[in-house]
Amino acid sequence: MPQSADKILDHLPLFREPEYQELFKNKKEKYECGHSDEKVAEVAEWTKSWEYREKNLAREALSVNPAKACQPLGSTFAAAGFDRTLAFVHGSQGCVAYFRSHLSRHFKEPSTMVSSSMTEDAAVFGGMANMVDGLANAYSLYKPEMIAVSTTCMAEVIGDDLHAFIEQGRQKGSIPEDYDVPFAHTPSFVGSHVTGYDNMMKGILEHFWEKQERTAGTALNVIPGFDGFAVANNREMKRMLDLMGVEYTILSDVSEVYDTPSDGEFRMYAGGTTKDQTKAALNAAATLSMQEYCTPKTLEYIASKGQTVASLNYPIGVAGTDAFLMKVAELTGKAIPAELTKERGRLVDAMADSMSWLHGKTYAVYGDPDFCLAMTQFILETGGEPKHVLCTNGSKSWAKKVQALFDSSPYGKGCQVWAGKDLWHLRSLLATEPADFIIGSSYAKYLERDLQIPLIRLTFPIFDRHHHHRFPTFGYQGGLRVLVTILDKIFDTMDLNTNVAGETDYSFDLTR
Amino acid sequence: MSDLRQIAFYGKGGIGKSTTSQNTLAALVELDQKILIVGCDPKADSTRLILNTKLQDTVLHLAAEAGSVEDLELEDVLKIGYRDIKCVESGGPEPGVGCAGRGVITAINFLEENGAYDDVDYVSYDVLGDVVCGGFAMPIRENKAQEIYIVMSGEMMALYAANNISKGILKYANTGGVRLGGLICNERQTDKEVELAEALAARLGSKLIHFVPRDNIVQHAELRRMTVIQYDSDCQQAQEYRQLANKVHNNCGKGTIPTPISMEELEDMLMEFGIIKSDEQALAELQAKEAAAAAAAAK
Repeated sequence: MPQSADKILDHLPLFREPEYQELFKNKKEKYECGHSDEKVAEVAEWTKSWEYREKNLAREALSVNPAKACQPLGSTFAAAGFDRTLAFVHGSQGCVAYFRSHLSRHFKEPSTMVSSSMTEDAAVFGGMANMVDGLANAYSLYKPEMIAVSTTCMAEVIGDDLHAFIEQGRQKGSIPEDYDVPFAHTPSFVGSHVTGYDNMMKGILEHFWEKQERTAGTALNVIPGFDGFAVANNREMKRMLDLMGVEYTILSDVSEVYDTPSDGEFRMYAGGTTKDQTKAALNAAATLSMQEYCTPKTLEYIASKGQTVASLNYPIGVAGTDAFLMKVAELTGKAIPAELTKERGRLVDAMADSMSWLHGKTYAVYGDPDFCLAMTQFILETGGEPKHVLCTNGSKSWAKKVQALFDSSPYGKGCQVWAGKDLWHLRSLLATEPADFIIGSSYAKYLERDLQIPLIRLTFPIFDRHHHHRFPTFGYQGGLRVLVTILDKIFDTMDLNTNVAGETDYSFDLTR
Repeated sequence: MSDLRQIAFYGKGGIGKSTTSQNTLAALVELDQKILIVGCDPKADSTRLILNTKLQDTVLHLAAEAGSVEDLELEDVLKIGYRDIKCVESGGPEPGVGCAGRGVITAINFLEENGAYDDVDYVSYDVLGDVVCGGFAMPIRENKAQEIYIVMSGEMMALYAANNISKGILKYANTGGVRLGGLICNERQTDKEVELAEALAARLGSKLIHFVPRDNIVQHAELRRMTVIQYDSDCQQAQEYRQLANKVHNNCGKGTIPTPISMEELEDMLMEFGIIKSDEQALAELQAKEAAAAAAAAK
């Protein structure tokens, strides 16, 4: 065998050794009964044709690699942003394992949440016993300040009533009488993780605000929305708000819990919005949502309490950050300090420095609705063309907003928006109408491989590259980071295409 | 919104829930009430007498066609019937497939989110047969129906179903605001029917709110897809429904937490009324009968 204790080969070289190659060849010939390599190549090629694209786009009953997750991923993320809050998912264990692994693989941090572990008998008899026991166990084992309950499809299909079940838990002594258990119904088969974020946020605010009188104050609430870069973005946001001298509360701040230090102490809970802050947030003058599509119902509720509400679409780049700062100035009456104006100038300067390399580059963008809007706007700012903008959880009204962005710039001409489509659709789109780069999550690495279109990882989830989320994308500073990420890929790709000595290296330049 | 009154009709399948509820609501409209009927039955026949036709555009039917319930508009599913009563049917899957209970949840959530409950005085839910799963309990959850009316008759299985539904209400009544409004007895001309209905109501800690006599005119009206109120407004049966509507209207806030009884207690009650016989009595009668037959054969 090729493996020896003196020199351990990892899986990459190991399986290329002749013994393994022989084994794979035998397996394929004797047991896999597949088509010939020629046939496979022929069909693979056909899936890149216009004919296949039309069939693919006409697809009705199937999703292949949808670029979205289900509601409880968003609800548990929202819950994690509150101080000492345990996300409790009423439903089956496997779902919760998935939310935890998804968040852990992206943030490279432990992700704490519990399930009521419903099994077949719970599906038949209802999950009340699971809720009652689950609340008791979660409360006594993990000692949270608050338990935020949401649901998986299983509990939703059988129609479990969270409110009644939680009250039963209280009556049966699982949790103290006055213990805080906000909840949200989050059926996975409705909407996506952004809907779940919205529902949980609304559930938490309703829990603390209902039947409370509001005394209008001057502070500002900020709701970040579901964001894979939240760790750094929330910090960047706070830095900008501090520079402006704004009195604010971030409602759901995960920047500590998903970025805990290694100093010998395990933190199951870290940072986040406290209960007192959440209660006091009712009295704020206004609430600003950083992501419109993560908070429609929440903002409606907040507005009904008498606050001014406003929403942005994930402030990336020059215009995105301008909109953020001007909105904050408008809502709070605070001026935008010279320091931020200078940062803006630096970003504009950097973009201008690289203009000749950015101009006319074409992109396919996919991700959550707000991210897509932000990225489209930023690409147009750099003189790039967002050829395809695709959003599995995007609505028709979202598509109209993207189209309006296209129409606002000469670079938007001929660009196309795709609401409700998945990554298999995107494969067809890019095979027939290619772009220079894909901007999305790790999941597009298969498109990168199949179509040789380089992938720029700028949105959740990023599983196969580390620590990008520890740098902001928000604000002018974040804009720089996004710019550099895109430029690095542009230059790397260019170097790869020009590195054959004596053949293409007339463009293999030291200075670009 | 706080003045919105929400009620629900439950009862054994085939007992006449839809007929009773529609006739009652048609009478209630005469008290200047703006009404929304939410049919929670996959058969979608809870609004037929008000609309004078069977509603085809159910929430779930249209949602399935449109691809998702988010693509629906309220106008697509909300129809106006007799004297401006608003009607919606949740609809649901074909018999034997899918999950009708989830359909009820989806439909009610859709209606709430899209403002169907604004600008009405009454929401009435008409729910199929029995509270078989959590979905069919949706109307008795917190912030939904305040009072449940159980339609029943003097038949054993209807009494049994009424008791069962009370158990469902009790589950939610302890933690929420739902109450049993009362029993409505739809006459089947069984023995001691009124007495039985009153006795069961008393056992359940509730009351018999009205005894609706049997009248063939209901059948005549129904064949013409009408309520009795619309078909023959002056007839005696129309007056009965008007009385019932008045009683329901004045019953606001007077519902009770039901005290359902066990199967044995229910059987004991029927025995008290001589409807069913005790095992010993039945055995003795059987033996007497056999003895008589044997004596006859011996002759």
